[in-house]
Amino acid sequence: MNEDNYLNAGYTLRSWFFTTDHKRIAILYFASLIFFFFIGGAAATLIRIELATPQADLVSSDMYNRLFTMHGVIIVWFFLIPSIPNTLGNFIVPLMIGARDLAFPRLNLLSWYLFMLGGCVTLFAIAAGGIDTGWTFYTPFSTLYSNSYVAVAVTGVFIAGFSSILTGLNFIVTIHRLRAPGLTWYRLPLFLWSLYAPSVILVLATPVLAITLVLIVVERLLGVGFFDPRIGGDPLLFQHLFWFYSHPAVYIMILPGMGVINELISCFSRKAVFGYKFVAWASVAIAALGFLVWGHHMFVSGQSLLASLVFSFMSFVVAVPSAIKVFNWTATLHKGSIRFDAPMLYALAFIGLFTIGGLTGLFLACLAYDVHATDTYFVVAHFHYIMVGGMVTAYFGGLHYWWPKITGRLYSEYWARTAAVLIFFGFNLTFFPQFILGAEGMPRRYHVYPPEFQMWNVLSSGGAVILAAAYLLPLVYLAYSLFFGKRAPANPWDAPGLEWQTPSPPPEFNFETQPVVTRPPYQYTPDFRAEPQNA
Amino acid sequence: MRWHPPLPLLGAWLALLLLLTLTVTLAYVPLGHFNSSVALAIAATKATIIGAVFMELRRRGPRTFIFAGAGLFWLGILLWLGMMDFMTRT
Repeated sequence: MNEDNYLNAGYTLRSWFFTTDHKRIAILYFASLIFFFFIGGAAATLIRIELATPQADLVSSDMYNRLFTMHGVIIVWFFLIPSIPNTLGNFIVPLMIGARDLAFPRLNLLSWYLFMLGGCVTLFAIAAGGIDTGWTFYTPFSTLYSNSYVAVAVTGVFIAGFSSILTGLNFIVTIHRLRAPGLTWYRLPLFLWSLYAPSVILVLATPVLAITLVLIVVERLLGVGFFDPRIGGDPLLFQHLFWFYSHPAVYIMILPGMGVINELISCFSRKAVFGYKFVAWASVAIAALGFLVWGHHMFVSGQSLLASLVFSFMSFVVAVPSAIKVFNWTATLHKGSIRFDAPMLYALAFIGLFTIGGLTGLFLACLAYDVHATDTYFVVAHFHYIMVGGMVTAYFGGLHYWWPKITGRLYSEYWARTAAVLIFFGFNLTFFPQFILGAEGMPRRYHVYPPEFQMWNVLSSGGAVILAAAYLLPLVYLAYSLFFGKRAPANPWDAPGLEWQTPSPPPEFNFETQPVVTRPPYQYTPDFRAEPQNA
Repeated sequence: MRWHPPLPLLGAWLALLLLLTLTVTLAYVPLGHFNSSVALAIAATKATIIGAVFMELRRRGPRTFIFAGAGLFWLGILLWLGMMDFMTRT
């Protein structure tokens, strides 16, 4: 183990809470995100327990509304959006490009403080009584009728939005300005393309969300008419503004996950990613086209037919670059020397789950079917396949892949593989029955339902118990590895990326000397060796 | 080195205050359909001043312009596709 590393560069609280080292800030984010993940997860567990029976026997209707809102708000804004960029991205980006830090280290720390402030304000809203609007804060309910802590909660999300903007800005400037000599755009590992594209979305779309949330508070508290037709507003304006951010936000969540999958598939099949340029530009295409599809959330809300037709068409179009990625990963596997280490199991799970999530998204992009499926469990299953089956699985894959680099320790491969298999099994058991429930017409956001839906709900709740246990498992064996795990070598996967050419854990300033890149990424050979990018 | 007041910033700030006064005043002057057009024109002027002076775009290279232009382009997408719904609703 490298004794002169970022972890023992200081032991005081001050050395952690006032650090500008991207690696330590990533650790701060890791700890915070685990906290929020388990809060959001606890709400989900309560929801699934309630839904095990058709009648209300655990919580009241009002409490149920607050539970699913809490689950959505916490998981979307305080876990999914920051997850890969702010933890793995924060840690890995400077290492991957051969830099000492991100371009704006102090902004990076400020970003974490804003995130925590936003999180605390939102938690206060929850602790004070909660919010019952759903994570989408739809008007007129949020502005006129809800008696819950809407203004406080949207203030929390508003503050956290600035954290996102700062992170996106930092990544854009870092990737433009701090690349090592020789590291041209087409030599960048695809993880960086997949972080760059959503960073642009973060910078461009988050301000729209911020303004929208301000408008809610202004209308709610001051009675200025933006969304209420009685005072000159338009209720659909809220949905336009909200989804202009929140649909691209889906790509903020999934694109970094796709970036991780590139690294994993390539490493564990010992091949360069098939069609590098197509995969790289597919990230940019997804980010750009993702801005043109938001109206598919509004097919039944009174939007004009012409607008619905255009948004439907564009939603089909955005599937093309997503499919390019899936096909290219599959082509990368073809004739690869595949090894089923834990990160690879997560990557393979991602491909399957994302494909199901993506294809069912095409059902919902279809105007006619969407009328039937809107606000049913079909939608719930679809977006969980993308965001949890896709994004969270990729997050776990990346976490296992870079864990030896981050901590300098190796985890138990047996338990890691067990957890990966359990997560895959538990996830499918939880969410696949929800496709059937949705197709049969069970609406979302109700905690009582006709008895004929119970069998599928019991299966789903049973799966949720397995999934919850499977998500807890890595917490145990990864924590164990921190104290008792074997020391990790600098390059346990024999990978060519720059981050693997420095000791584990990395020294405070990442590299002893400035790396010079001489090769494209992913120069693996079938005999489990690789040519380092800077050799 | 002697300190000089940042005259361009002060000038821009005063111009913004003046335009704000104009916006508020014109809101009470009945111009019919022109009220919106005039208000939008004033808002565009304000945005140009902010971009040119406070964001210092007037002294930046092409890459910064591309990024600043991207912001406007994306705003255009929001307005274009958003208005498409409002204009064609039955």
